[in-house]
Amino acid sequence: MSDDQITIEVDGKSLKADKGQMLIEVTDANDIYVPRFCYHKKLTVAANCRMCLVEVEKAPKPLPACATPVMDGMVVKTQSNVAIDAQKSIMEFLLINHPLDCPICDQGGECELQDLAMGYGGDVSRYQEKKRVVKDKNIGPLIQTDLTRCIHCTRCVRFGEEVAGLREMGATGRGENMEIGTYIEKSVSSEMSGNIIDLCPVGALTSKPFRYSARTWELVQKDGVAPHDSVGSNIHFHVKGDRVKRVAPAENESINEVWLSDRDRFSYEGVYSDDRLQTPMIKEDGSWKEVDWETALDVVKDKLNGVIDSHSAEQIGILASPSSTLEELYLLQKFASGIGANNIDTRLRQADFSDQDSVSQFPYLGQAVSEFESVQSALLIGSNLRKEQPIINHRLRKAALKGAAVMLLNPVDYDFNYPLAAKSIVAPDQLSVELTAILKALIESSDGSVDAQAKQCAENANVTDAHRTIASKLVDSDNAIVLLGNIATAHPQFSLLRSLAGLIAKISNSKLGYLSEAANSSGAWLAGAVPHRNAGGKECTSAGLNSNEMLQAKLKAYVLMGVEPELDCWDSRAARAAMNDADLVISLTAYRSDEIENYADVMLPISAFVETSGSYINNEGISQSFTGAVPPLGEARPAWKLLRVLGNIFNLDDFEYQSSSDVNTEVMQSIGDIKAENMDHWRSPVAIEKNAADLQRITETPMNMIDPICRRAVSLQKTDNVSDGAIHINTALADKNNLSDADTAKVEQDDDAVNLKVVIDDRVPDDCVLIQSAHPAQIDLGAAFGSIRIAKA
Amino acid sequence: MTETTKTILSEHTRSEIDMWLEKYPEDQKRSAVLAALREAQHQNDGYLTTELMDAVAEYLGMSNIAVYEVASFYSMFETEPVGRHSISVCTNISCLLMGSDDIVNHVEKKLGIKTGESTADGKFYIKCEEECLAACCGGPMMMIDHKYYENLTTDKVDEILDSLD
Repeated sequence: MSDDQITIEVDGKSLKADKGQMLIEVTDANDIYVPRFCYHKKLTVAANCRMCLVEVEKAPKPLPACATPVMDGMVVKTQSNVAIDAQKSIMEFLLINHPLDCPICDQGGECELQDLAMGYGGDVSRYQEKKRVVKDKNIGPLIQTDLTRCIHCTRCVRFGEEVAGLREMGATGRGENMEIGTYIEKSVSSEMSGNIIDLCPVGALTSKPFRYSARTWELVQKDGVAPHDSVGSNIHFHVKGDRVKRVAPAENESINEVWLSDRDRFSYEGVYSDDRLQTPMIKEDGSWKEVDWETALDVVKDKLNGVIDSHSAEQIGILASPSSTLEELYLLQKFASGIGANNIDTRLRQADFSDQDSVSQFPYLGQAVSEFESVQSALLIGSNLRKEQPIINHRLRKAALKGAAVMLLNPVDYDFNYPLAAKSIVAPDQLSVELTAILKALIESSDGSVDAQAKQCAENANVTDAHRTIASKLVDSDNAIVLLGNIATAHPQFSLLRSLAGLIAKISNSKLGYLSEAANSSGAWLAGAVPHRNAGGKECTSAGLNSNEMLQAKLKAYVLMGVEPELDCWDSRAARAAMNDADLVISLTAYRSDEIENYADVMLPISAFVETSGSYINNEGISQSFTGAVPPLGEARPAWKLLRVLGNIFNLDDFEYQSSSDVNTEVMQSIGDIKAENMDHWRSPVAIEKNAADLQRITETPMNMIDPICRRAVSLQKTDNVSDGAIHINTALADKNNLSDADTAKVEQDDDAVNLKVVIDDRVPDDCVLIQSAHPAQIDLGAAFGSIRIAKA
Repeated sequence: MTETTKTILSEHTRSEIDMWLEKYPEDQKRSAVLAALREAQHQNDGYLTTELMDAVAEYLGMSNIAVYEVASFYSMFETEPVGRHSISVCTNISCLLMGSDDIVNHVEKKLGIKTGESTADGKFYIKCEEECLAACCGGPMMMIDHKYYENLTTDKVDEILDSLD
């Protein structure tokens, strides 16, 4: 036995334990149940509910198991009269002020208090006085409060402080007047706020969208994988009949621990949006007509063949959502190559693809999600990590609180919920300049074994102490990572940024990681749903057009899968124009919208994420499969089935799949081993062009605008994390243009102009204009980055 | 410190808070929260507003809710508008035996308000005093704006209240 191991006795059983562990950790690990409300393994110990009192020999009174460190030879009784009496007394106190409203409480049936009241509560309350009543607070569109039910365990308060990094809930007042709440009327704004619903052991905090829509015992729990970021959080769908009523996290210590981002928790509402497409539809003489599948697919065959015959398959552009499953993407590219089309892409919010061949199998996160906890330094380039990848941000936050140096190079001063060791906020064209300066600082401090070409490129950089600090923190850490986020990926000089980032990582002996946007961004590469890779992620000899080229080229026909191009693509104006001008647009879509109806010729209803089986390969290269939790709405069908039938209709070989797992077997075979690694792809950077007179546009995609499902999730759309269709400029630029908050500005980009509202936002650097994408008001502006002009309207 | 905090907390208040901050380590600024709230309350005629509490939070690098918790916990902080002279008549055991009930009745009658209320002109506020004010030798006693008045009689109370502006 090592020195750190001790032996204790619980209920007559001898147990091994580590020194310093709390008693409740040991009992939990050995399946000995001790009741509790305030203790939670992921939060600090508060010991304020006292429910976990147990008898410890030689102690004069019962001790709380959550706050009692184990000692060698300790003898504990969890079921003795002393322990049970103590627990019953605590239960009686807790029930004094708790209302007897279980029949109308959403927590009923899954309530820890209800369960324990069954076990430890008295039949009749001895309490005759008035019960206290607490007024409910409105804390936003996601969480319902019924604070009279609160038992003051403070899990939600501790979550805010310790996990969300944003203390929003608190205990105000004292004694009997103590209340949990936000004190002032405000919405909680954490991107992980929904977790307090799970943490709350009673019905004080419940899900607002779920409210009164089902009793918990009517729900069937099914497993799934969250579709809105590249982490692949494990989730449970709670299903009643054929409908998903609620989503909760499933525990997976190596990915999401016990947490879930709000986006992944509440997006299911989008599945039941009013504009779900439920039958195949074709456009005849400009009007839409519902048809059966057979007719619709025949039309698809005729029209696609028509384009191929009169032009060529090269005139077909295929755009697919990177949130599609691996099987869907694989079959889509298999279908595409079957008909001779090789323009297929899933990288929709990207413009610079010039070094796409230098990526290994897929843009890899650089390390496992769980390893972010132990980094010593991280340089984040172009990322609003908190909103892009809440789970990775949470891991990185843990590292930062342990002393890791998290450093930032961003075009917008985004809020981070932990201390940053360095921060540089510069206009988009200066990102590469800053990186070059950090590179030069690294070269200056290195032993000289640096590539001559690299030296040359950094030669003219202007190095300041800030750059030296970043460089030295990276060099001094044994475990450092350089990360490229969504804004870096969307940057018109992405290849330059990643060249520099790669070089910085190499010289400083750090890892290099890409933060992909969507659940299956990585899987899309491996499935071959990118123009320069074949199935299995194998190199392709004749690369097709990338997403941006497809749109700029105005092809004759487009096939869309789960994509609303005008909202999901890098150049919204070009996307809309390409769709409107095309002879044929076939949209495999879960939704109908005015835009789609305007440009499409055929709409094929596909199932939303929860309605199909399939797999996602996350940013770390882990493949996770899931089954459909509910059947698709109406006539909608999983896209893999639809593609399989399309393959048959086009008489393509090898389209005889019986299930999505058949497809999975085939695609996984073609991938072989997933090699999670990023190649060293240093190339000499190209010159930086800049028109000094113009303002620079910056585009961000707010977290709840990222895909068609989120955009239709009603409650998520009521939060702050959506696009406001305004321009965000700082005070200096506003003054210069004589604009003030809420004014209307004329915004010009290329040859088009639109009028947008002004928001004064000092997170934006000088002479830059921040626009949130996926908002109808800004579609006509076009490219996500580049020159832009504003004036008072 | 943002400009808003600067305008909300007066220069005097800030210098008082700074004086308290010197007593605590640099990384434990929150230790000064009670003193800071007291100063902020003084500045605002005896009660705290959300803006003042937010300014204190920013000044001390605390989250807003943490300051609300402290302000709502301690009875010496008022979070609703009250009259600018805060009157606390001790009603604990020693004062009670010495006739504090009469004093309370007299004050209430004279000002035309009940305990816990403020006069319409915003001049007086009779606070619900929960605890002994530790001047038992001089009971009955009351505290007005942190000043103790002991061995009270109704005449003496009149004199004291009339002398306040």
